[in-house]
Parts: sequence; C-alpha cells; structure tokens
Amino acid sequence: MEFLGLVNYALFMAIFIAIYALLVLGLNIQWGFAGLFNAGIAGFFAVGAYTSAILTTEAADGRIGGFDLHFVIGWIGAMIAAALVAWPIGKICLRFRSDYLAIASIGIAEIIRLVIKSEPALTNGARGIPGIPRPMSDIGYMESQVAYLIIVLAVLIAAYVLVERQFNAPWGRMMRAIRDNEDAAKAMGKDVEFRRLEAFIFGAALMGLGGALFAHFNRSITPEAIDPMVATFLVWIMLILGGSGNNRGAILGAAVVWIIWSVSEIATDRLPHEYAIQAKYIRLFLIGLMLQLVLRFRPEGLLPEPLRGDQRSAKDGADH
Amino acid sequence: MDLFELLNFYVIPGIVLGSIYALGAVGITLIFAILRYAHLAHGDLATLGAFIALAVVTTLGVSPLAALPVAIIATAAVAVGIDKVFYDHLRERPKIVTVMASLGIALMIRAVVQVVWGVDTETYSRGIVRPENYFGLRIRDREIYTVIAMLALVGVLHMFLTQSKWGKAMRAMSDNPNLALLSGIDNRKVVILTWVIAGGLCAASGFFLGLNTELKSMMGWHMLLPMFAAAILGGVGRVEGAVLGGLIVGIAEELSVLVIPSEYKAAMAFAILLFMLLVRPTGLLKGKVL
Repeated sequence: MEFLGLVNYALFMAIFIAIYALLVLGLNIQWGFAGLFNAGIAGFFAVGAYTSAILTTEAADGRIGGFDLHFVIGWIGAMIAAALVAWPIGKICLRFRSDYLAIASIGIAEIIRLVIKSEPALTNGARGIPGIPRPMSDIGYMESQVAYLIIVLAVLIAAYVLVERQFNAPWGRMMRAIRDNEDAAKAMGKDVEFRRLEAFIFGAALMGLGGALFAHFNRSITPEAIDPMVATFLVWIMLILGGSGNNRGAILGAAVVWIIWSVSEIATDRLPHEYAIQAKYIRLFLIGLMLQLVLRFRPEGLLPEPLRGDQRSAKDGADH
Repeated sequence: MDLFELLNFYVIPGIVLGSIYALGAVGITLIFAILRYAHLAHGDLATLGAFIALAVVTTLGVSPLAALPVAIIATAAVAVGIDKVFYDHLRERPKIVTVMASLGIALMIRAVVQVVWGVDTETYSRGIVRPENYFGLRIRDREIYTVIAMLALVGVLHMFLTQSKWGKAMRAMSDNPNLALLSGIDNRKVVILTWVIAGGLCAASGFFLGLNTELKSMMGWHMLLPMFAAAILGGVGRVEGAVLGGLIVGIAEELSVLVIPSEYKAAMAFAILLFMLLVRPTGLLKGKVL
C-alpha cells in the first residue's frame, strides 16, 4: 500500500513536471529565443485552461459552453485562444523595450483573473468549472494516471522536438540574432517587430496548451488554481535555473524546481499548524531568493545556452 | 445625478486615490529614467512601508501620521539595502535582468509581510470616520492629509531636483548618463539617492492607501499597474507628469464605475497604459521612451 502510494505520488509529480515543462518551453521561446519578458504566464495558462474546459465539458445551466467536444479540439482551442490574447498585447508592446511588455503582461494576467472571478456566465465564477473530461479515465485509477502521463509526455516530446528544430533552424538563429543585436538584424533586412510577435504568440500558445493539460488532469479548474504571481514566478525560476535558451535546460529546470517546490511542501506540512501557514510564505521567499542567487552566481543556468546555437556543438562549446 | 453627488462619490475619491498613485508613480518614473529599468517590486515595497507604519502605530500607540516619517525612513533604508544586495551586481548586465530580479524581490517582500503580519486585513485605527461637510462637499480629514502630503512631498522633491547640486546630478544622469559620468557625477551616490527618494515615496503611498482603505498583503501588487500607467501617461522621467498621470488614473478609475461594472475598475489603468503606448508613448509631458 505504501509502495503504491509512492508510485502514485511519483506519477502525480511526473505529470505536473511535464505540464510545467510545456509552460517553460513556451517561455523559452519568448525569453530564451527572443528576449521577451512575459510576466503574465498565469494569464495565458488560465485562458488555455478555461477555453478547453468550456469546449469539452457537458452542457451546464447558467453558463455558456458545455460543447462536449473531443479533448483534442479543446486543446487546440486553448492554444488558439491564448495566441489570440497574446496578439494585441504583442502588437502594441513589442516595438518598445521589454520592460513595457513586462508591465503590460502583468496587466493582462490581472485582467484575465478579474474576468474569471467576475463572469460566472463564462467561467462559473469562484466555483469554477467541474467535470472536465480526462482522456482515458474510464480505466482504473492508476492506469488512468499512467495513461495521462503518457499523453502529456507525448505532447511534451512533440513540443520539444518542434521547438528544438526551430531553434537550430534559420528561424532560431534569426531570433537570437534579433535578441542579441537588434540593429544588426534590422540591417540584415529582418522584420524585427513581426518576428518578435511571432515568438510571443507561439510561446503564449504553448502556455495555453499547458493550462489545458492542467485543467484536464485536475478534472476541474477554479480561480484558485491560477495564482498570478506564483504560477508565473515558478515558471520563470524554472527557466532561469534550467538555463534559458536551452530547451533541455528548460525541461530540467521544470523538474528540479517542481521537485524542490513539492518536497518542501511535504516538509512544511509536518510542522505544527500555527507554523504551517507561515511556512507557505517562507517557501515563496526562498523561491524568490533562489532566483536572486541563480542570477548572481549562475546566470547561464544548469544547462547553458549552446554556443553558436547548435545543440550538436554544445559539448565542444562547453570546454571554453 | 447632480454635480455634488458626482464630486462627492467619484471625483474626490478619485483625487485621493490619484494622489496615492502619484506618490508611487514618482518613484517609478525616477527609477525608470535614472536607473533605466521598470521596478516591479515597487508596489510590494509600498505594502512594506504601510505595514512598518502599522507596526509603529500598534507598538508605540502613536497616531498614524506620526508613524509616517518612521515608515518613510525605514522603507528608504530597505530600498537602499535591496539595491546594494540584489540589484547592484546586475548593473553591467542587460537591464531586463534587473527587471526579472525585481519580480523576485516583489515576491520576497510580500512573503516577509505575510510571515510577519499575516494575511488578514488590518487598519490603522478602528471605527468609522464621518466626512465633514464643506459647502456640500463631503471630505474626510484623512483625505485632506493625503492630498496635502502628496503635494508637499512632490513639492519638496521638485525643489530638490531643480535647486540642489545632487538633484541636478540626478537629472543629469537621467538625461545623459555618459555625459553625467564624464562630468564627474558620482554614479553610486545618485543611485543611493534615487532609492532613498523612491523608497520613501513608496512608504508614503502605501501608508495613505492603508489610511484611506485597509492594509492587505496584496495591496501593493494591485497598485503596480495603476502606478506604471500613471508614470507612462505623464511621461517617463517627468515628476510633475507622474503626479498628473496619477491623478488622471485615479479619477478615471473611480469614474469608470459609472460605465463599466465595478469589478473591472482595475482594468481602467491597463486600458490607459495600452492606449498611451498606442497613441503617444512619450506621455502627456514628453518623457522618455526606453
């Protein structure tokens, strides 16, 4: 029984790591490739989660949606919705320095949170949307967890392969050229604004997909699941710790930070009740401190961005 | 609705809220113009200032206004300390790295507030304050203090920036950092001074928000967007622009309730921000665009 519990916990953790890894890959397209500071990850995550929930749940009284569609359509819808939200923000903010995008993306996340909390007709308000179908859930509990892990991993691997290919393709080289020297890229005739917008939208779409996978795993989505600061911040620290600009680093960072985050929760859950509440905030403080330490002592992260941008030459490059 | 109703329920609260935003926006605009990054921990620094004042009020039993100077000094010291420990060594890196660090600092400051003071709503003094009637205008004392304090603090700052040697040095750094360094301005002193001013104004901003409403651990985070909207609306680097922007954002937020559901009051600042970036990114008073 104890053993089964452990396996179950490991499965649970692996699914979460894979979902977060998708979010981090999305952020890596935005920040690692294109140098765009998105501080509203939770917003795109939420848009994806709710869009897929509305598309795939059964009809319910008091709110629109309940189209009872296949989950694949829900997930595609989640990506499209997140991309559509990203488009106008990117369109307005990307011609300025990244600071403006940071502020505007915080704003968009806050407004999405407001919409979720105050539009029951769309999101069922504070109660959230229950009954989101999980693929392969009609088999046993453990089997269904394994099945979902396989689905999530398949999505993650597909996303990784696509992103990695783009990274080594001319598109990726161009993005990094724009990031590192905008003027030079412009002089080479690259449409800097359009390319940045492209990266921002692709990243947002992946974040939306991550949100959808999360909602379907939980079988429900409520406003509490989307803490604007924590959700955004965990993804950032995952990318910075793992190594921005490196897709494998992004996935590694997701695993390391999620393991630290959830193991520290187990540790603090054992504290007496009066300290347990404060322990939650101490964990947040330590996560913030971790970012400062990484920025100071290992800004390149665990797996640095490969030199010349080619993963195949990463080993030679690391010896410098 | 008659004119007095409009003034009493929308315009006066808007001016008060706008003064609170203005205090924060001045700090944001100075940091943006002199240090050249968006400081995302600004709101949470304001929360810290507000709670330091609360600590003074509860432990010493003094009136909230007497606690304000203590909070200003303490928060300014914290701001300088944060810069020394966390931002200083990032100075040679791309500025956006400091923006990222400041997002982490925001989380850390908030965590400290939540550990020390908890997450419950607090107030400086209990009981309901009835507004006084001035020829039909209903104004509370604390609302008058807020606006006067904002004008006084910004006025002193304006004098400092235009008259004193170090104020001129700060403006020179803002206009052209290379030229300023070349002409012998001590960069480190200007940075410290910027943080003293920004930190102190943060504390005042958080304090007056707490005085007029309540203290919550998330209060500063929710002020961040309006404060940035105010700074950009007024023109980055323009102190008087930040005041003007703050007042406009505050009044617009209160008036927005007349046309949109009150839940979306906070969206007003975002709309103003995007609109300004779209039509006039230099702001009303021709500031910088970074």
